[in-house]
Amino acid sequence: MARYVIVGAGPAGVIAAETLRQQDADGEIVLLGGEPEPPYSRMAIPYYLTGGIEESGTHLRKAQDHYAKLGIEVRQAAVSKVDTGANSLVLADGSALPYDQLLLATGASPVRPPVPGLDLPGVHHCWTLEDARQMADLADPGASVVLMGAGFIGCIILESLLARDVKLTVVEMEDRMLPRMMDQTGGAMIKRWCEDKGTSVLTSTKVTEIKAADGGGLQVVLDSGEQVPAALVVVATGVKSNAELAQDGDIKVDQGIVVDNYLRTSVSNVYAAGDVAQAPDHSTGGWSVLAIQPTAADHGRVAALNMAGVETTYKGNLAMNVLDTAGLVSVSFGRWDGGDGCETAESVDAENFRYMRLVFEEDRVVGALSLGHTDHVGVLRGLIQGDVHLGEWKARLQADPCRIMEAYLGSTLS
Amino acid sequence: MNTGKRLMQKSLHIDPGKCTGCLQCEMACSLDNEGAFNPAKSRIKVFDFHAEGRFVPYTCTQCAEAWCMKACPVDAISVDTLTGAKVVSDALCVGCKVCTIACPFGTINYNQTTGKVLKCDLCGGDPECAKACPTSAITFIDADWTGLERMRDWASKTDSGTRAEA
Repeated sequence: MARYVIVGAGPAGVIAAETLRQQDADGEIVLLGGEPEPPYSRMAIPYYLTGGIEESGTHLRKAQDHYAKLGIEVRQAAVSKVDTGANSLVLADGSALPYDQLLLATGASPVRPPVPGLDLPGVHHCWTLEDARQMADLADPGASVVLMGAGFIGCIILESLLARDVKLTVVEMEDRMLPRMMDQTGGAMIKRWCEDKGTSVLTSTKVTEIKAADGGGLQVVLDSGEQVPAALVVVATGVKSNAELAQDGDIKVDQGIVVDNYLRTSVSNVYAAGDVAQAPDHSTGGWSVLAIQPTAADHGRVAALNMAGVETTYKGNLAMNVLDTAGLVSVSFGRWDGGDGCETAESVDAENFRYMRLVFEEDRVVGALSLGHTDHVGVLRGLIQGDVHLGEWKARLQADPCRIMEAYLGSTLS
Repeated sequence: MNTGKRLMQKSLHIDPGKCTGCLQCEMACSLDNEGAFNPAKSRIKVFDFHAEGRFVPYTCTQCAEAWCMKACPVDAISVDTLTGAKVVSDALCVGCKVCTIACPFGTINYNQTTGKVLKCDLCGGDPECAKACPTSAITFIDADWTGLERMRDWASKTDSGTRAEA
C-alpha cells in the first residue's frame, strides 16, 4: 500500500489529496498543513475582511468530516527537511515521516522589502487568516491605512479596505498600478477609478521608512519626503515560492521547484504543485512560477494523477488573473504585453472605464487584457490555450476586439 | 451500450441552423432565474452573426472537465447528481470570479448586481430556454444525442489532461 505525503494544505495540496483518493482507494494519504486552521483559501480572505463571509467561508471544503470521510489524514506539522535518499521527511519535532510519493505544495510567502520599521506593531502582510484577523482589528471606518504595493494582491486587499471605509493611501514604486497585470492604458484607468473613489494613489513612489508616531500609530515616510500617518500599514509587495525544503535535497530549484510536464521534480518520486512549482509555460515555451488559483488547481490534479501512476501530461502554465478593484473588473491572460512578432488590437473607452486589448501571433490570440468586461471573459482562455486559428475572424477582431465570443464560436463551430 | 446513469441524464441540444434570433430563450431564462425579462442576465446567449445572417444560441455544456468547479477556491460549485449540471451555490460564492477566467468556454459570468457568478443549471432538470424555443433550435434530450461531442473533444484537447499532443 502506497503512502502519499503532501506538504501544504492549500488548493494544490487539497485537490491533489482528493485526486489521489479517486485513483487509489487504499493508499495512505497524509496532508500536512503549516497553520492552525482547517485547509482554507487565501483567495477568500478579502471577502472575510469585508465582512461578506465568516472565517468558515474561506475553508476550501465546507463539511467538517470531508477529509476523514475520504481517509485523508490532515495534520498540522512543520517540516524541517526532505531526505530524498531515505524517502522520508523530518518534521520539526524530530520525528520522521516516510513516503513513497511526495508532493511539495508549500505555496509562497509575501516578500518583505528592505524598509526599516516593517517589524513595528500595526504593520501587516495580508496573507494568512491570522493576518486578516489582525488587520480587521485595525482597519476601522475612518482609520488611515497605507497600502504598500498595488500589484494583484494589493489591489484585491484595496477593495476590502475601501469596503471598510478607511482613509486609504496606496504607494506603488513602479510607474502604474498592476505593473505585472496591466499596461499603461489599463493601469492608468484603474488609478483614476481608485482616485474617483477617494483613494490617494502614489505611483513611482517608495516607502523609505516606517516610524512609530509620537501620539501612537505609525508614520510612513516616502521618498518624496512626505509623511503619511497610518493606524495600519499593509505590505503587499509580491510573493516568492517557499522552495527552501527542496534546497537541502537534490531537488532542482530555480525561481521555484522546477518540474517537468508531469509536475515531477528532478527526483522521480517527488512532485511539486501550485505557487512553489516552476512548471512548463504554454505561452513562452520556458518555465514559470504562477502563484494563481487556477494553476494551483490544475497542478494539484495533474501531479496527483501521475503520483498514482496515471500518466498525465500537463498542458502548461497560462498566466490568468481576474481582479475587482472596487467595482472595476479587470482581466489579463497570457502574453498581454505582446513582444516580437506580435500584433495588437485595442478598444479603449476611457470615459466609461472599458478597455480590451488582444495580442495576436499569426492568426491566434496569445494574450489579452480587459477592463470593465464581465461577460464571456473565460473564452479568452479558450482562444489562447486552445491555440484557436482565427482565420477570417482575426481581421474582425482587429476591427472590434470585443467580439471575442463571436470569434470563438465562428472559429470553432463553423 | 448506455449505462443507466447516462440514460437518465439529458443535455441541451442546440441546432443553430434552426435559430431565428427571437431571443425567447434569453427572456425565459432571465425571467425564471432572475425574476425579470432581462436578456443581459440570461445564462443562455444568442450570438448574432450579421454578416452571415446566422444566430448561435450558446450556454454551458456542463462539461466533464468542470473547469469552473475545479477552480473555485471555496467549494461553491457542485454537481447536481440528478441532472449532472454544475450548480453555483449563492450562499457559498464569494464573488472572486476565478471561475469566470477558468472556464475556456466563457459560459460562467459575474453578475455585478448580486456579486455572485451565474451559469446554466439546467433549471433543475426542466430548462426554460428549451421550453420557450419556438423552432426547436434548443431541445433538452438524452445526453448521447446532443451532438456536443465536438465541443467536448475540444475541451479534452485543452484539458491539461491525459491526452498526448498529436
